[in-house]
Amino acid sequence: MADDFSWASSSDIAHAVASGQASAASVTEAALARIGKLNPVLNAFTAVTAERARAQAAKIDASGKSKLPLAGVPFAVKNLFDIAGIPTVAGSKINRSHPPAKKDSPLIARLEAAGAVLVGALNMGEYAYDFTGENVHDGASRNPHDITRMSGGSSGGSGTAVGGGMVPLALGSDTNGSIRVPSSLCGIFGLKPTYGRLSRAHSFPFVASLDHLGPFARTTRDLALSYDAMQGPDPEDAACVDRGIEPVLPLLEKGIDGLRIVTAGGYFRKGGAREAHDALDLVAKALGAREEIEIPEAARARAAAYIITCTEGAALHLDRLRNQATEFDPAVRDRLLAGAMVPSTLVVKAQIFRRWYRDHVVALFKSCDAILAPATPVTAPKLGQVNFMLDGVELPVRPNMGIYTQPISFIGLPVAAVPVPLKPLPIGVQIICAPWREDIALRIAFALEKMGVCATTQPKV
Amino acid sequence: MAGSPLDDYIAAAARALDLPIEASWMAAVKANLEVTLRLATVVADFELPDTTEPAPIYKV
Repeated sequence: MADDFSWASSSDIAHAVASGQASAASVTEAALARIGKLNPVLNAFTAVTAERARAQAAKIDASGKSKLPLAGVPFAVKNLFDIAGIPTVAGSKINRSHPPAKKDSPLIARLEAAGAVLVGALNMGEYAYDFTGENVHDGASRNPHDITRMSGGSSGGSGTAVGGGMVPLALGSDTNGSIRVPSSLCGIFGLKPTYGRLSRAHSFPFVASLDHLGPFARTTRDLALSYDAMQGPDPEDAACVDRGIEPVLPLLEKGIDGLRIVTAGGYFRKGGAREAHDALDLVAKALGAREEIEIPEAARARAAAYIITCTEGAALHLDRLRNQATEFDPAVRDRLLAGAMVPSTLVVKAQIFRRWYRDHVVALFKSCDAILAPATPVTAPKLGQVNFMLDGVELPVRPNMGIYTQPISFIGLPVAAVPVPLKPLPIGVQIICAPWREDIALRIAFALEKMGVCATTQPKV
Repeated sequence: MAGSPLDDYIAAAARALDLPIEASWMAAVKANLEVTLRLATVVADFELPDTTEPAPIYKV
């Protein structure tokens, strides 16, 4: 019965379709029914592409494509990915008047070429300038473990949809932590690949220097499956490197013997709630990671990421700020207006510092293969919560959910976010690796899953 | 009453950049700019050789 796949992994669904145990059509219908039932509660989807999904599923069932690696796997994308035929709203009101996208994002096309079935577009923070998953136009995407709490942002709908069992696979973007924060709060796995690894063409940008795209899933194997399907150069994205596909799936079982795994100390041991550090300790203990290293100048790196974000974001939206300022979420607008006024000398300083920081952090990987750090400072805050306490200091939630993610995406390092199923709420840990070593991050994530230390738990929605 | 230097800067920058800022937005814009400039100072205070290149696009 297709409904048996409601909490199944992408890998299990693809095997079932390949073996004839289920049809792509039946899996798709079940996913559409689940979305119809759960979305009024979770608010993850802003558009459901049912007709397209049924056509793609029928094509897979009819054309002998059932052996493809993602055959019949329903997936959804943050609504900043172009989907042919609908406007790319990027969480905004303003973009709703844009013409429909003419073609799909290449990442959607590559997943569909591998047999996956696009079922819709997902809620997100306006223009991706968000860590909460709240959206003033569409409402908040809700945390599936407690619907009164945040999903995390800005890929909030992606976290909600996967963590809530609506789809086994989703795509999101990560400029300062927007894959890793929702992964942490919703208790799922997320992969932010190396900057330049996956094409960003035909997605709505935010900060060209820092934007990444990547997958969310409930298992490491599913991250690897989808990541492998999406790899490959794309001349349409100026930052996407001309690098061949380096499949990770065949490497997952290699284990972690011989890998030198350490934890990040200093900055990364400050400012978080007990849960964040408990989760890190559990993961470190399971991996035998006893050594602690210092990532130099991490606080300054976060500051520089903040400056590049608000100024590049302001440049992107300058005309909209001039002509449609009242149509923005005020919290986004006011930050962008401030960003428009930052002197360019300070922005160049931030980019110069970035070079220094990148060189010094990449050098750390001469003596280790992976660095562990918390993903978020806290478990999911309440929806609407404005402030929280970190180390006895009251701070605003919105900018501070990314304190541990920003210094890493700032220099484009690959990170797997893995969920530690603490009670009552899960929280994530980052596995940070050297550029282009997504394979190591996912091998470690896979090992943690096999040990039972990291897992996605099914919420009662 | 004369504004603070930052109020004056925001007003002048808004005019120069043709950015409409309603009076009710002013406090939030100012608060955001204060945070950004404080963080920018933290970055700018870090001494680096004149030969250090910016990294506008990150490639390894």
